[in-house]
Amino acid sequence: METTMKTALEDFRLETRQWLEENCPASMRTPVKDSGDFFWGGRNATFQHEDQKIWFERMLKKKWIVPYWDTKYGGGGLSDAENNILTQEMTRLGCRKPIFSFGISMLGPALHKFATEEQKMRFLPEITAGKTWWCQGYSEPNAGSDLAGLQTKAEDMGDHYLINGSKVWTSYADKSDWIFCLVRTDFDAPKHNGISFLLIDMASVGVSTRPIKLISGKSPFCETFFDNVKVPKENLIGTLNEGWTIAKYLLTHERQMIGGVGETDVRRELHEIAKESLPLKDGVLADAVLRSEIAVQGMNDSIFEMTIQRIMDEAKTGVNAGALSSFFKYYGTEQNVSRMELMTAITGSDGLVWESENEDAKVQTRLFCRSKGNTIEGGTSEIQLGIIAKRILNLPS
Amino acid sequence: MALILNEEQKMLKDSANEFLAINAPVEQFRTLRDNNYQPFDQDLWKAIVEMGWTALTFPEEYNGLNFGFVGLGQVMEEMGKNLTKAPLFSSIVLGGTSLIHSTNNALKESWIPALMDGTKRLAFALDEQSYFDPTSIATTALKTANGFIINGRKKMVIDGGSADAFIVVAKTEENELGLFLVDADSNGITSTTEVLLDAGTYAQIEFNDVTIDASDRLSEIEEGNELLNKINNTAAICLAAEMLGMITAAYGQTIAYLQERQQFGKRIGSYQALQHRAAKLFCEIELCKSIVLKALQALDEGTTNLDELASLAKAKLGETLKIVSNEAMQMHGGIGVTDDVNIGFYFKRARVAQRLFGDYNYHLDRYARLNDY
Ligand SMILES: Cc1cc2nc3c(=O)[nH]c(=O)nc-3n(C[C@H](O)[C@H](O)[C@H](O)COP(=O)(O)OP(=O)(O)OC[C@H]3O[C@@H](n4cnc5c(N)ncnc54)[C@H](O)[C@@H]3O)c2cc1C
Repeated sequence: METTMKTALEDFRLETRQWLEENCPASMRTPVKDSGDFFWGGRNATFQHEDQKIWFERMLKKKWIVPYWDTKYGGGGLSDAENNILTQEMTRLGCRKPIFSFGISMLGPALHKFATEEQKMRFLPEITAGKTWWCQGYSEPNAGSDLAGLQTKAEDMGDHYLINGSKVWTSYADKSDWIFCLVRTDFDAPKHNGISFLLIDMASVGVSTRPIKLISGKSPFCETFFDNVKVPKENLIGTLNEGWTIAKYLLTHERQMIGGVGETDVRRELHEIAKESLPLKDGVLADAVLRSEIAVQGMNDSIFEMTIQRIMDEAKTGVNAGALSSFFKYYGTEQNVSRMELMTAITGSDGLVWESENEDAKVQTRLFCRSKGNTIEGGTSEIQLGIIAKRILNLPS
Repeated sequence: MALILNEEQKMLKDSANEFLAINAPVEQFRTLRDNNYQPFDQDLWKAIVEMGWTALTFPEEYNGLNFGFVGLGQVMEEMGKNLTKAPLFSSIVLGGTSLIHSTNNALKESWIPALMDGTKRLAFALDEQSYFDPTSIATTALKTANGFIINGRKKMVIDGGSADAFIVVAKTEENELGLFLVDADSNGITSTTEVLLDAGTYAQIEFNDVTIDASDRLSEIEEGNELLNKINNTAAICLAAEMLGMITAAYGQTIAYLQERQQFGKRIGSYQALQHRAAKLFCEIELCKSIVLKALQALDEGTTNLDELASLAKAKLGETLKIVSNEAMQMHGGIGVTDDVNIGFYFKRARVAQRLFGDYNYHLDRYARLNDY
């Protein structure tokens, strides 16, 4: 029994490898430079170039946009073991993800757990087809770390909810088709008990966005305003006033994603870049301090990767990995931030180029700036440490 | 390969945990120390042999259990939790690994059974300086008509005062390193012991024209460096496993203290300054667990990047143990720096374990070199 299973998996690996080699265009196997390199899908989907389109369409046809979701929702129906193999093979070849989608990484898991079958059939196939670009409406001007303090109001008007309020830091709100939103449906209850989880079409009358410019010079996020927006009642996910449970569940997935869990993208090693740009002495980097910083970074990067594997392997034996999403988020983003600092140190003045014909240098400087948001978005590092202390270590309040 | 323990390995870990909690808790460490720094408890050693721990890593052809280093690593980790003193590391990890990878069948046949049943013990004589540097060995082994003459001084020989024989690393005339098995009662050996911070006894051994047979050479010509490298990797990884146990225990006791100790009318674990420090340590310890298991698995599989994994393990565990042992004392306040509680024992053993077979800097540098920078 076990051996036939093993050979079946071995066959699957070989077939997968061969299929990827034949179908993933060469340019889709190069490292992603920034988020602009991704295909984002949506109603007004645009491809940057032909290869991106080919890659997306082939993966779509293969049902590998979300390979591990049920086929009835347009997923590939792969088992955990098969999906792992696919991820490993994509990593091995350096294949990019065919689409970058909060629908897949954040909303999807929450819908699987909390939505009715009807809602799943309505929203999930659109995600696996790359047809809906979803954004996240959690944070508000006065509800950041203290997310449960949110004030955007949803009034019950009989056949619909009426939404008034505003969200902030909504990534890609100006490009998105739909928003998954936390709204207050009970102002008298304790703050965690009056929140609901609502899906809102961004094309609804009364929704508007205003982009905010980041220190990277780009403006991928927005303020989002709701002015008497009517939302059908069937867009409520889960139970009224119990949205906080869904919100937290979704956050565990968001945090794993930001922390780098399930990443297939291959990054260049810092020491390789350093050896190209800096002087050597006796075959090793002459700058001993920088060399040891690179080694510490390399050490922790590679052990963190092993740790993701270990915790995922443990999860398969029934150990709850959800509680560890704050660890992934905290450690993965702190590592990324220190990596970008080191990159900037290694590349010297090239790593500080803002406007230039040197496109690569420009991109890197902007990524460096963008990385500073990593330890803030999805809940700050301090908030993650607090969750670890309370939920995992059981330290008192 | 999945990065988790299989059922048998889990059972071994659980049984080691139970056994040591009863037979060798930290209190035993205290008693041995207070009893003129006894290296270990003889009854415990017999019981350890009966548990089969001395046979875990030896192949079946010598009646070993062939259970592997992942298994032995679990035992080392549990011993680390209890600061258990036993010659398992010196005789089985160091001595045993030297024999396992040796091609000298006569020595293997005569020594492996005796090591497994605990009747004889080996100690490993490598260091000559106050720091780990396997490349600068001054001890010599010069050829004679029927063997070798050994001259030199060794230090930091773990359990060297009570071993039946030493495995000595020495330079040969071919200007390479050789490993030789030398009886402890050979003529020309003088041995003195030092007690270090961890209350462990370490021997300084002088070899003065000590003659041995040609058949007592463990490594073949030109293969000494490789054999030594295997032993050093195994030592670093098993020490890392022991250090993981120390980390888990010292950290666990500290979290328990944060949960109960009250100041300013509140439990100190409610203060965010302490919570965040504790949470950061939690993350580092998660990394420690992964690299130790990965490296132990690599020992059993003979993975090609063993050098790198060994260095990652010893570097990461060394640095984390240093921080955890310091934070453990700090978060205990005044009582943490007294001899009345055990937390200071972890700090003391930590500093020795950190340095054995290469400290953080040594292994970080080696890791960088292995990656060619
Ligand atoms: C690049 C980026 C993209 C984002 N995308 C989205 C998005 O798509 N959708 C969305 O809803 N939100 C998004 N956010 C918002 C993000 O979730 C919030 O910025 C974050 O939760 C922090 O809230 P805040 O900005 O109000 O900071 P504050 O909560 O005001 O925090 C300020 C500082 O105080 C610290 N602090 C706050 N409370 C505590 C405490 N109890 N203990 C200790 N320290 C504390 C914080 O750690 C931080 O250092 C994004 C943010 C960024 C940077």
